[in-house]
Amino acid sequence: MATTPESRRLPRFGRTERAVHWVHATAFVLLLVTGLCLYLPSLSELVSRRPLLKGIHIWTAVGWAVALVLIFLFGDRGALRRTAREIDRFDADDRAWLRRRHPPQGRLNAGQKLNAIVTAAFALLFALTGFFLWYGERDTRFRLPNALLVHDWLMYVSFILFMGHLYLSLLYPKTRHALSGITRGWVDEEWAMTHHRKWAEEVRDS
Amino acid sequence: MTDSPDEPRRYGRRAFLGLIAGGVSALAWAGPAAGIFAPVTSQFSQLLGDLLPIGGWRIYTVSGSMPLFDERIWRLEITGLVERPVSLTYEQLRNLPRAEQVTDFHCVTGWSVPKVRWAGVRFADLLALARPKASAKAIRFVSMENPYQDSLTLEQALLPDVMLGYELDGKALSRPHGAPARVVIPEMYGYKGVKWLTRMELVDHQPSGYWEGLGYDQNAWVGRSNGYHA
Repeated sequence: MATTPESRRLPRFGRTERAVHWVHATAFVLLLVTGLCLYLPSLSELVSRRPLLKGIHIWTAVGWAVALVLIFLFGDRGALRRTAREIDRFDADDRAWLRRRHPPQGRLNAGQKLNAIVTAAFALLFALTGFFLWYGERDTRFRLPNALLVHDWLMYVSFILFMGHLYLSLLYPKTRHALSGITRGWVDEEWAMTHHRKWAEEVRDS
Repeated sequence: MTDSPDEPRRYGRRAFLGLIAGGVSALAWAGPAAGIFAPVTSQFSQLLGDLLPIGGWRIYTVSGSMPLFDERIWRLEITGLVERPVSLTYEQLRNLPRAEQVTDFHCVTGWSVPKVRWAGVRFADLLALARPKASAKAIRFVSMENPYQDSLTLEQALLPDVMLGYELDGKALSRPHGAPARVVIPEMYGYKGVKWLTRMELVDHQPSGYWEGLGYDQNAWVGRSNGYHA
């Protein structure tokens, strides 16, 4: 909806939030692709440069962590805190949404909040198990036999969530306009009134 | 309950901490849990073959490329402390007495493949061709994948379920599994089972292999080495 006039654009995600999203998204895709090449027998035969893939995988993870720290240091910390607070709190409408009803939602609906929570928790767990996998190769005291299994399971669940996320943000006609919020920062007011009415009214009235 | 119906509830942090707790504790229970589901997941991996390794194989290599087996140039050399050095072609290897076994495969990183059907040659039959000298105590196995190598004592190599495998689950060993032949020693972790084998060198003193150089145990008994306890 590039034709949306400026007056009808509601700012949904600030620069810092968008930076966190895209750092995370880029790292996730790189880690998934290199990880699958390390993991799936058919792919590891096709792309048999295991040490190179392993290097990319590990350094992507390091880069991801460093980028997040930099965003936290130099970005809009207030915005991040407000977002975290927003995600933490489930009001009566959010709870109704979880019971499959559809009262007007805030800037993030309950499902989007849950997705953010799972993504954050999984990122930490990926990093933790990944650290054990990497360091355990150097010091056998850190070699936890289940770290690999947990890392795999996180991947399976994340992969499914990622597919759903791509479907809703790129393909599904009713929701895909949300992409504008995470790329350009704003969404069309009319769209916001349908999907995030409580928030849209708040922004409009302020 | 003091929560009024309109009061926002802090589900977010509870869900987050719950997931973290579940994930961290899974470091303790993931193995047993996977064991419970193994009968189901191994059916899946049978179905999907190489596509999904649920309960199946993962392929580890240490160098930049996976060795390619060419029957015309591949040879298995048996050298070192032997009366008669031997160089076998693939055909000659396949014509040696065939042994078969069904054994579980365990990787030191925590995954296993149950009931793998192997076919290959017992080391007794290979060594009989080269006749080790009395001073020979161990075999150094050299992979086509430079610099991978590992070793077994003669005693270990002659255990009844140890072989040089050339077939896996009824098919000639594929490239990812170490074509044309790999060491199979079910009671030790997979890193002792050198893939893409090209040379066996009889030595009087057991050398360290690739992973031993990185701190892993020489005697990689499943469940009794590398920090695992019986």
